[in-house]
Amino acid sequence: MTTPAPEPGTVAAPAREPVVEMAGITVEFPGVRALDGVDLRLFPGEVHALMGENGAGKSTLIKALTGVNPVAAGEILVAGEPRRFTGPADAREHGISTVYQEVNLCENLTVAENIMLGSEPRRLGGLDWRSMRRQAREHLARMGLRIDPASSLGSHSLAVQQLVAICRATVVDARVLILDEPTSSLDTDEVAQLFRVVRSLRDDGVAILFVSHFLDQVYEIADRMTVLRNGRLVAERRTAELPQRELVSMMIGRSMELLEEVDRAHDAAPERPADAVPYLQAVGLGRRGSVEPFDLELYEGEVVGLAGLLGSGRTELARLLYGADRADVGETRVKGTATRLRSPRTALAHDVVYLSEDRKGEGVVGDLTVRENMILGLQAARGWMRPLPRRQVDEIVEKYIKALGIRPANPEALLKNLSGGNQQKVLLARWLATAPRLLLLDEPTRGIDVGAKAEIMKLVAELAADGMSVVFISAELEEVLRLSHRIAVMRDRRKVAEIDGGQDVGTDDVIELIASGGEAR
Amino acid sequence: MDVAIAQRPVRLDRRYLPVVGTLVVLGLMLTVGGTRYDNFLSPAVLSNLLINNAHLLVLAVGMTFVILTGGIDLSVGAVLALSSVVTASLLQAGWPAAVVLPLAVLVGSVIGLAMGVMVHVFGVQPFVATLAGMFFARGLCFLIAPESIPIRDEAFVSLASLSLYSGPWRVTAGVLVALVVVALAWWVLHLTQLGRTVYAIGGSEQSALLMGLHVARTKVLVYVISGTCAGIAGLQFAMFSRSGYALTGVAMELDAIAAVVIGGTLLTGGTGFVLGSALGVLVLGLIQTIITFEGTLSSWWTKIVIGVLLLVFVVLQRALSLRKT
Repeated sequence: MTTPAPEPGTVAAPAREPVVEMAGITVEFPGVRALDGVDLRLFPGEVHALMGENGAGKSTLIKALTGVNPVAAGEILVAGEPRRFTGPADAREHGISTVYQEVNLCENLTVAENIMLGSEPRRLGGLDWRSMRRQAREHLARMGLRIDPASSLGSHSLAVQQLVAICRATVVDARVLILDEPTSSLDTDEVAQLFRVVRSLRDDGVAILFVSHFLDQVYEIADRMTVLRNGRLVAERRTAELPQRELVSMMIGRSMELLEEVDRAHDAAPERPADAVPYLQAVGLGRRGSVEPFDLELYEGEVVGLAGLLGSGRTELARLLYGADRADVGETRVKGTATRLRSPRTALAHDVVYLSEDRKGEGVVGDLTVRENMILGLQAARGWMRPLPRRQVDEIVEKYIKALGIRPANPEALLKNLSGGNQQKVLLARWLATAPRLLLLDEPTRGIDVGAKAEIMKLVAELAADGMSVVFISAELEEVLRLSHRIAVMRDRRKVAEIDGGQDVGTDDVIELIASGGEAR
Repeated sequence: MDVAIAQRPVRLDRRYLPVVGTLVVLGLMLTVGGTRYDNFLSPAVLSNLLINNAHLLVLAVGMTFVILTGGIDLSVGAVLALSSVVTASLLQAGWPAAVVLPLAVLVGSVIGLAMGVMVHVFGVQPFVATLAGMFFARGLCFLIAPESIPIRDEAFVSLASLSLYSGPWRVTAGVLVALVVVALAWWVLHLTQLGRTVYAIGGSEQSALLMGLHVARTKVLVYVISGTCAGIAGLQFAMFSRSGYALTGVAMELDAIAAVVIGGTLLTGGTGFVLGSALGVLVLGLIQTIITFEGTLSSWWTKIVIGVLLLVFVVLQRALSLRKT
């Protein structure tokens, strides 16, 4: 690294040589051209955001750079030299480190080992644990992290683990740091912490490639952006010269219309008749150590949003309703009749389905095809002894691929090869195929891009308009507000308030409610 | 700029809890045995505990490596038998002990290598690959000699009857070998990159790969280590019994696995200590000793107690890991 670091806080001048220059990159998968002649330039001392919808080719581009995906055409120059890496380890040796969305470290090892393994200090007779810890502590301190290097990684929060992963990336002389969705599981404070680290690395002259779906974060941290759409380069601009609206329209174009449709569908919702019986009613339902007793009424044709901070008990509430966790107190009534939903099977029998927030762990079966994943729920409901006729399966799968706009529209594709947003759509289809009356959606829009978010929200609005009862959980207040007819506000594992949704309720009102614990009104 | 993350107060790291549990059980058994029976805590009994279980100690060490990566090795009992049969038959044929001993160990290493390649390169489940290894080695034993072969080679016999005395304490060559193997294993696991890679693979193979560690090499090597240990254990057993017999060590792999689990190593990999496995072996040996001392009990009670203990330990570990999340 001979290039001088830029003045802290100023955006680096683009006049310098890029440390990475990718030109005309084309990547082909069987039957699909994933990238078509894409260019990307990374400058030292700059944070560069890679923007685009799911399936636009962001991950593919990163993988092309680090040698995971073979490049069909194009040129990769690193510090002026043409290179093709054989894999992440090779790229890392040449100063290009990647930190993935899921923390790829070993929780059972100590923090020091996770940082230092691969370049660990040795002395006669083996590893030098003492200097390993000392060096790890120094690396951590440089990033402003004060944690005990001898503690095991698993004892720290995901956010700290993420920072440790970045710390590991900087141990080797990293000239380029790729951050693939580093913030998707972090809360606001943790993101701020991460950004401090990113800025100090940038000021040290590291080129940073940042991928995120959070536009606010991108505008906060990025100096320059490259926008991709459908595997093609749309533009490369400096952040200051690209207004947010223009960026969004570059990325998606049509999602603004989708969101307007959501609003229209929402506003057009008919008034609930005064004598309506809720489809599911919870009376004093609670579970010790999980959620304090709460009342909740879920009517057909209504979307009820759950708002609250991370860990406020939103997920726990949904799991109680679904019977995934068993309630200690209270009762549930289905259409007015007292019914205990004591297990997910019982809930399913009453047409209640739950889409977990843990897409990876509790929903996706990556090694099965889209078709197999989609009919899993329906088949389970029928029982394994009576397989669905193939023709019917194909009809269902075709219908939902079309209705939800799943890409690639190939029922035989393995689910793990689909982007996050499309996986989410397949999971949604799995439950929709069972024709549920009550849909519990836990963070259905997390970790997916603006376009897919809009599509899923539109779908939810339409489902409610068709008479389905929906519970919508999201960390993004704006989404909750846009969709919900009623909003239950959660705080400290307690339902503190319930308000009607509508145009006149803003995010500030809800934040106020969360902050005051429901006493403001 | 500083990000303060509260330092937790210094206390016993929960990683050591299972091992401490094993230590407590061991202490309890010694106390109970010592108070119930005369001469239980005598040097002769304790020396014999080590002498009788030296081969299991070595098997458990090899097994620890494999289980730490999340694998399993079912072949070790059969490989032990093969190594002892090879030793006995070659010595009978008049080969010098100096050639036979390394060769017998090498047989174990080669079988381990073959299984490691099957597991890593061809992606065969460790259970299946080592099951195949088990049948192969056991079959080979019978092919070489279906009957028990006595060992009369002078050099071997003198090595086998070598005993070091320190007062009333007695240590055989087999015990020395076992202690060296345990020490060596501890060094490899805790002070070399290979050892830490073993742990990393057990934690998350995918992560270890992305961290740029030598996953392929290590995954093959743990089976080689386990096979080599089984080869050494075969030698120890041949010294112990002065013979080689195709039917020795049947189900001994299960004893080794039990010792490793009782010693606090998780079958899912990534957590555990070789010293824990050594303690596990001692616990198993003590159960046997206590039941012998009891006199009236059928020796099959050993199996029942081991079964119960195993269950208790696994439930305990499960409870610990549940509390963590």
